Amino acid sequence: MSESHRFKDHHREERIFFVRMVVAGVIMALAMALLIGRYYSLQVISHQDYATRSDRNRVHVQPVPPTRGLISDRNGELLAGNRPIYILSVIPERISNLDETLKRLKPLVRITPSDLEKFYDQLQQPRKPFAAVPLRYQLNETEIARLAVNEFQLEGVEVEAQLVRYYPQHELFAHSIGYVGRISQSDLARFAEDDLRRYSGTHSIGKNGLEAQYERELLGEVGNQNVETNARGRVLRVLGRVDPKPGKDLELHMDLNLQRTAAQAMEGRRGAVVALDVETGGVLAAVSLPSFNPNLFVTGISFADFRALNQSLDLPLYNRFLQGQYPPGSTLKSIIGLAGLHHDVVDTEHWVRDPGFYRLPNSSRLYRDWRRTGHGPRVDMMQAMVESCDVYYYDLGHRMGVDLMHSFGIRFGLGNLTKIDLPSERRGIWPSREWKRGARGAAWFPGDNLNMAIGQGYTLTTPLQLAVSTATLANRGKRMRPQVVRSVGGVERPPIVDEYVEIDDKHWDFMLKAMENVVHGQRGTARSMRVGAEYRMGGKTGTSQVVAIPQGEEYDSEALQERHRDHALFVGYAPADNPKIAVVVIVENGESGGGVAAPIARKLFDAYLNQQYAQPLPHEEPMAGFLGGRP
Amino acid sequence: MSNQDFLRRLPSASQGLRRRDRIQQRLHLDFVLILLLTIVTIYGLIVLYSANGQSVTGIQRQGIYFIVAYVAMFAVAQVPVHVLRRIAPWAYAGGAVLLVLVLWIGVGAKGAQRWLSFGGFRFQPSEFMKLAVPIAIAAYFGQRLLPPRLKHVCVALVLTAVPAVLIARQPDLGTALLVTSAGLMVLFFSGLPWRYVGVAFGTLLVSIWPMWQFVLHDYQKRRILTLLDPESDRLGAGWNIIQSKTAIGSGGTSGKGWLEGTQSQLDFLPEGHTDFIIAVLAEEFGLLGVLFLLTLYGLIIARCMAIALKSQDSFSRLLAASLTVTFFVYVFVNVGMVSGLLPVVGVPLPLVSQGGTAVVTLMTGFGILMAIATERRRVTRHI
Repeated sequence: MSESHRFKDHHREERIFFVRMVVAGVIMALAMALLIGRYYSLQVISHQDYATRSDRNRVHVQPVPPTRGLISDRNGELLAGNRPIYILSVIPERISNLDETLKRLKPLVRITPSDLEKFYDQLQQPRKPFAAVPLRYQLNETEIARLAVNEFQLEGVEVEAQLVRYYPQHELFAHSIGYVGRISQSDLARFAEDDLRRYSGTHSIGKNGLEAQYERELLGEVGNQNVETNARGRVLRVLGRVDPKPGKDLELHMDLNLQRTAAQAMEGRRGAVVALDVETGGVLAAVSLPSFNPNLFVTGISFADFRALNQSLDLPLYNRFLQGQYPPGSTLKSIIGLAGLHHDVVDTEHWVRDPGFYRLPNSSRLYRDWRRTGHGPRVDMMQAMVESCDVYYYDLGHRMGVDLMHSFGIRFGLGNLTKIDLPSERRGIWPSREWKRGARGAAWFPGDNLNMAIGQGYTLTTPLQLAVSTATLANRGKRMRPQVVRSVGGVERPPIVDEYVEIDDKHWDFMLKAMENVVHGQRGTARSMRVGAEYRMGGKTGTSQVVAIPQGEEYDSEALQERHRDHALFVGYAPADNPKIAVVVIVENGESGGGVAAPIARKLFDAYLNQQYAQPLPHEEPMAGFLGGRP
Repeated sequence: MSNQDFLRRLPSASQGLRRRDRIQQRLHLDFVLILLLTIVTIYGLIVLYSANGQSVTGIQRQGIYFIVAYVAMFAVAQVPVHVLRRIAPWAYAGGAVLLVLVLWIGVGAKGAQRWLSFGGFRFQPSEFMKLAVPIAIAAYFGQRLLPPRLKHVCVALVLTAVPAVLIARQPDLGTALLVTSAGLMVLFFSGLPWRYVGVAFGTLLVSIWPMWQFVLHDYQKRRILTLLDPESDRLGAGWNIIQSKTAIGSGGTSGKGWLEGTQSQLDFLPEGHTDFIIAVLAEEFGLLGVLFLLTLYGLIIARCMAIALKSQDSFSRLLAASLTVTFFVYVFVNVGMVSGLLPVVGVPLPLVSQGGTAVVTLMTGFGILMAIATERRRVTRHI
């Protein structure tokens, strides 16, 4: 670029720049004029409007909370609803002396220290100006009347009606439906950008179970209204209103009658019961005992109540069917047997001699059968299933090895989440060589195969996983995903097939026959449950050793003794020729799968197939084994 | 507001005061600009005291920010313009790298990631880019024939777009807007042919629909819808606008008086001490108070335009003009959005809103303007 060329352009550049500057100046001047015009219009022309708004008659926007969606069972019985309660709340901005106001309130309504504790807690939290802070829930009619009479000297105190969650079945569905509770700081921290608006009129949020899982659907869409208030904050009139949209209703696969039957059949014992619809995977009943009253949590649980629940050795808050991980014991023998047949490791003719123990080649260690004297000189798979012979399965586990057992069991859902529509599910342990190397840092030993084959050792399953694998057996390999909710807002959720285990039909026929014989055979371990049944069923019993006991000083040794007993298990389905329902029963420290767990399953079969339901207990007396008072 | 009149009077005024001129030159300062900035600063602190709940510590902290900012301004004013031009590419490249780092390892709050943290010290690279982008583009054009050819226009557009997109990803729409505006202004003043300007506006209009469909976040869309009809979202984004308009409108001509604004003092007005502070000013000092502030801003802009017009090489000219107009964009966007003329983006009111970073960046910009103003005279004298 030559110097002369550049010099020649210099003037042109300056001229262009000057023109641009003039244009920019004019645009900026016009924009400034626009701003001034805007402020003139707001501050001079519309001044009166805005002054009215801001001064004596403040116009407030009030959120109108949506009604939370209802939850009902498959027959339309209400399991979670809403009911109106009267709440005494305080608007701190309208009160000059809070202590004085509280002192005036004391003779009019009962305010407990726990109410005050919760009130001051709320007061600390960030909130919108002029938002009411609740002081006491569930005012009775006398209290409302007394407050109305004294209204003139209680500025900034409000009584409002609010809909709160109510669980009419109390403890019965606490672990599946869960509960709502006050929106806490940790809930707020998880809120997305839009959630503060969505919850602006709502005080509670799903904490657990379906209430948490389906929070989005249940909540609904907040509405709002413009209200004109006088200087004392009393609403004079509603100027405009956008109605809220109520949350979507949930209809469950669960059956109130069956659930009640299951809970009562447990007769106050600790444990879990799960019943699945074999065809759809719908969860018909899911019980975890002992339970608690979810109504306690709705408006904030008191510290004493919570401590009682949280520190109980019976762990009522713990969801046993979803998070309890138990060794499946002998209930696993049907799947292991099928694996042996499918992989041609054994055939149905194959037999072993059972002297009451098993010894690995070149080893002196004895693996004992649960029956000291053994099951006889020629035990085949049918007998091993019916009498639950351990030695046969030690031999089978040894022949098959961990890899075949692992890959086969995976297809029945062992060791994986069932993907049920409930939060915080546990996955259990279905061991493999890699798992043991990773988790235990040790190689897989031949002895591990034996323990794995009888459902002990490292294996852990949740009751829900056992229910899914049992339903898969009953369904001849079609594994349906367990689902609690049948429809959301009237829209059906279709059943989902998670896996199709393809096995030769003759193997299915054999194993289902074996399970039928467990109940109906002369020497079947579950034979006591068949008394008086006019239909046939299939199943498998089990006991599992208790691994660890929670230690507590204040519990006497007898109670601890009881907690060392084996867990009793039963898995089964009915009717045997066309399975409709699959059931898992686990009774903690129940000792006998056939004697204790199986009869409970029978009651569920009778209820579901023949409508022989347990009747509701009178509400005045809480059921044995349940904790928690009623509202 | 008549910028033109003011411009015409300026040359004669400076000719009349030769002695003051010499002192200014030696100190590399512009007394008129400093005086105007100081008045705005003090006015701003008075409003801020009322807006942040009459907190003395808040004012002290803001005062310290201002001291740091003025020191930065005086320091930058001493840097010769040619040095600025030489370091421009490096500053730009460094800033761009830091912006990428922010997306990786940045810290922040409310879902946005804007800061780099070294030990206890926090740094916001996007603020730095508000200056680095116009400097870099001005330096690029300074070495080339103007008006720019299409190739150079494209380079400038890329230089603007890269940091703007990085900042928008944080996401920080307000700052991205200011950086874009700073870059585009250099282009405009470089003599970008009018037909390009026309094409740009045309493209902008055409791209509104795809932007709406594919680029904007839901909350950004809601802000724009809220602008059209604040009543549609009274509890969410509409709340701020309804409350700020009520504050402004209820202030009337002369205001409710200092510390007497009910909207601001009763916490009806959200963000009253930061982005929405002009609503507090409008409520308490009325239209007269607003006019006083806008007049001060207008005078500052006019003074800066004069500096730009009198500078003699294209680098200084383009940079000065861009900084000036960016300052104006600051004012216009903030004052416009609070009164419901524009959608709400995070742009503070310059020199008034609480916060340190923005103030330091602004004052550094004025430091650069002073460096340009005083350098011009030295060049003239040597020739």
